[in-house]
Amino acid sequence: MAEIVIERAVKRFGKFVAIDDVSLTVHDQEFVVLLGPSGCGKTTLLRAIAGLGMLDDGRIVIDGRDVTYLPPKQRDISMVFQNYAIFPHMTVFDNIAFGLKMRKLAKETIRERVDHAAKLLHIENMLERYPGAMSGGQRQRVAVARAIAYDAKVLLMDEPLSNLDALLRLEMRAELKTLLARLGATTVYVTHDQIEALSMGDRIAVMRAGKILQVDTPTRVYDLPANQFVGSFIGNPPMNFLYGQVRRQDGATKIKIGELLITPPEEMQPPLRAYEGRHIYLGIRAENMEALTQPSPDTLPVTVEVIEPLGSQNLLTAHIEGGMLKISTHPDFPATTGGQIWLRFPVRKIRWIDPDSGEAIVPDLEKVLA
Amino acid sequence: MTETTYPDRIKPITPSAERLDAQRRRAKLAHAVRRASIYILAVAIAIWILLPIWLIASMAFSTPADVRAFPKQILPSPFSTQTLEFFLNTQGIINSTINSLVVAVLALVISTLLAVPAGYAIARYLFPGRDAIRLGILSVRAFPVVVLAVPLAVVFIRLGMFDKVHSLAMMHAALTLPTTILVVASVFASVPYELEEAALIFGCTRAQAFWRIVLPLALPGIAAAAILTFVLSWNEVFAAILLTISNRTLPAQILYTLDKSGDPFKFAGGFFMLVPSLIFIFFIRRYLFNMWGQINK
Ligand SMILES: Nc1ncnc2c1ncn2[C@@H]1O[C@H](COP(=O)(O)OP(=O)(O)O)[C@@H](O)[C@H]1O
Ligand SMILES: [Mg+2]
Repeated sequence: MAEIVIERAVKRFGKFVAIDDVSLTVHDQEFVVLLGPSGCGKTTLLRAIAGLGMLDDGRIVIDGRDVTYLPPKQRDISMVFQNYAIFPHMTVFDNIAFGLKMRKLAKETIRERVDHAAKLLHIENMLERYPGAMSGGQRQRVAVARAIAYDAKVLLMDEPLSNLDALLRLEMRAELKTLLARLGATTVYVTHDQIEALSMGDRIAVMRAGKILQVDTPTRVYDLPANQFVGSFIGNPPMNFLYGQVRRQDGATKIKIGELLITPPEEMQPPLRAYEGRHIYLGIRAENMEALTQPSPDTLPVTVEVIEPLGSQNLLTAHIEGGMLKISTHPDFPATTGGQIWLRFPVRKIRWIDPDSGEAIVPDLEKVLA
Repeated sequence: MTETTYPDRIKPITPSAERLDAQRRRAKLAHAVRRASIYILAVAIAIWILLPIWLIASMAFSTPADVRAFPKQILPSPFSTQTLEFFLNTQGIINSTINSLVVAVLALVISTLLAVPAGYAIARYLFPGRDAIRLGILSVRAFPVVVLAVPLAVVFIRLGMFDKVHSLAMMHAALTLPTTILVVASVFASVPYELEEAALIFGCTRAQAFWRIVLPLALPGIAAAAILTFVLSWNEVFAAILLTISNRTLPAQILYTLDKSGDPFKFAGGFFMLVPSLIFIFFIRRYLFNMWGQINK
């Protein structure tokens, strides 16, 4: 059992607030990804969990023990650093064995654990080499092997794949995921790469400017972003946001985009009523719109400006009143540049966004559960 | 074979084979010239340094008569240790050599023991007055030995430390400390802090992290600073003359007897001054190069 509880953590650098009243619980054996743009405080938060930078306020509890003021060695954590931090004056073996030697384990135990970790990362034939003579990918493997050989309850990783080239990153991503699932350590993983976050995490904590905006499963973060920032930061292309006018018609609240009237589902009616007479944003993913070649009821005509064939899909860019719209279609969909297509918006796939706060408008039920 | 036809505007631009060849030859020549000039420069520098050393060494192993002769020979012939023997048998030379060694080693130890913690603190900790202290350390260099030595002699006499080997060693350590502290600090600063943090994560206390990670990586730079102290102390003559009378160091002793002696004595003395520094640098030289290639990255 190693649960990490962060309560109202605050970290300042001078006047600058790097971590702004953050609370987060990582369950036992869970894999949580801290995701956010560069400079949003991910590393700072991870270092606070590690004990490499004291919090100015708040608490950190690991496995039921308040570790807020304990040095790293008393927290039972291990870590993979962004630049690997492999000791250059030690062989790969000594690097992996370092933490075990500090724990004064028996020689045979150390040998066994190092061999095991090295095998898991396929570096068992490099144990006698010095890191200076290794490639970035190999050093990265050494760093991971060192972290898992230490066998701590909590594993922290700071952008472990960011220094690898694209192909290697893809390969390591899958490998790390299998490996970490097998180890069952409670893991906090920092990345600014949303694909990495979506593909690896049990849950994703999206951060911006020192705050956590949303903590949810990858599917929920993707489909139901808590606000406009999360929607546009996650996903490639980012979520579309259409500007629509809320009005009352035929005894229901409806949203008018161009000539199209969209009727929100039952549970959205009460919260949207308050917006009648004003505008809101409708957030929708590129792949969630239905593209048609013929006019049909309840569709919005748009003109295709760019067609980008991406192999498994075609990405269309269309101009609409007040902005751009990205639509992903099947490669066979017969769109032409400059031609017209008609879009249908499935109401269940729409996220309704308050234009002033950028926050999603949610039905009361969801508000209570969230 | 079919010729690919291109529309006019995307015709591939391939330079003719001859032009490529000429270009390649020019590049090769330029490369050769650059290499050659680097070698010539290196050889010139080596000769510039080695020639006097060779002259001194060959004179030291010639007979006193050959030393006085002119033009000088390139090789000592006949080979003889007469000159050196004469020098070594001169009153006070052996004693002052031992004094010099003791002073230099003591100065090295004192200076290193102080410079390592001071350099580490300056490199790693943001403490109040850090910049002032850094400036203060540097400003010590602004006081020439000439200014310091006489008042120091007075103080040393008063404290009963005058004419002692360890007092001179302290003086020499003080002279080199500003430089060694700054050298050592910059070496510590070049060891990535992340490595120290990794050590903390994997079970080290701060002291252990320093001892196991930072110190081994900083050793080359610390060795360089130590050499600096040793060589400076070995060569330093002004403070040595002022602060000692009966316990003279080698340079002080040689200087003292210089005007009373002839060329053979001078060459033998010069050679004798040279050798310990060379041996010392020879043994410590591997620490001057980084043993494990580039640190990190
Ligand atoms: N030691 C420090 N001193 C001052 N500012 C810092 C320090 N470390 C981080 N910061 C600032 O805190 C913010 C968050 O940094 P960081 O946690 O490294 O972001 P990231 O999400 O990219 O990992 C950044 O704006 C950074 O400039
Ligand atoms: Mg970071």
